[in-house]
Amino acid sequence: MGLSAVTVLGVDRPGVIAAVTGSLTDCGANIQDSTMTLLGGHVAMMLLVSGDLDGEELLKRLRAADLVVTASAIEARRHFCEDGGGLGYVLTVHGPDRPGIISAVSAVLAADGGNITGMSTRLTGRLYVLIADVELPKEVDVAALMRRLAAVGASLDSEITFRPVEPDLL
Amino acid sequence: MTGPGGRPAPAGPPGVLRAPHPVLSAVAEPVDPAAPDTVAAAAALLAALRRAPATMGLAAPQIGLSRRLIAFDTGLHPRSRSWAGERVLANPRLVGASHWDHGREGCASIPGLTADVLRATRITVHGHVPGTGEAVTIEADAFEARCIQHQLDHLDGLLFLDRVPGALSLHIRLHSCDA
Repeated sequence: MGLSAVTVLGVDRPGVIAAVTGSLTDCGANIQDSTMTLLGGHVAMMLLVSGDLDGEELLKRLRAADLVVTASAIEARRHFCEDGGGLGYVLTVHGPDRPGIISAVSAVLAADGGNITGMSTRLTGRLYVLIADVELPKEVDVAALMRRLAAVGASLDSEITFRPVEPDLL
Repeated sequence: MTGPGGRPAPAGPPGVLRAPHPVLSAVAEPVDPAAPDTVAAAAALLAALRRAPATMGLAAPQIGLSRRLIAFDTGLHPRSRSWAGERVLANPRLVGASHWDHGREGCASIPGLTADVLRATRITVHGHVPGTGEAVTIEADAFEARCIQHQLDHLDGLLFLDRVPGALSLHIRLHSCDA
């Protein structure tokens, strides 16, 4: 059983997900992790699937008219769901839209070994919003990092908040 | 103007500032509840609230006034339980908060987006009535409590976006109930 990463991009319409997942089922592929959203009126979907077919064969057999599909074999990373020992934070950036917001903010996080584990950005009117889940190594000086983030936010005319994740574990 | 998902950007209520705007990020100034300009500002805020369809609350910064005034009326919202009526409060302060829960909220200043935000579902707020200056205490729960906390955030220069609990909690708006 191999693992393949499948990406799907196409114009949003009812039935896109049903068509893609039905075709994967016909290929004997089992969907493990997946995420889907709408970007600019387009469906954007990423899936991790397991099965006997390799990426090339999957691509040949996926019936997905009008959709741009890619599939490639990837290696399973063991223990990828385990707690990495980092600290979870949520980053919010909002302000006027301009090029370079994500790169400027992510560079500050990366310099301290911060890992963005999830991100969503939206543009509505002039307002650009970025929300990111961030995992920080335990040894990071969070106060210093927040000062650097605030400086970047000021240079972008944007508001930045950076706060610990609120765990809802029951 | 472009909105989320490439749609045309939805329009906000008339007279209500849209983010990004510096007044929406500023800490608002305390007011003298009995001062004539406070009464005028309160009247303008209430008029803006009444003009805004499906909007249950507004704070003075949203109409360009960096003053600690909020207005709300959640009587028509389906998730309301307590209802203090149509209210304008000067210098409101949160003095009690408990029973926290996530709930979806939007903002008249951010048309097009909503998010799941953690708020207290039972609160106590102190404030003053513009004009008379009478001190009032409001006990609120459910949606009214959420709405009041949302407006209090505006007075401190905060938007609901600053309280989004994670990347998956931001949503394109599918309904029209503003906090």
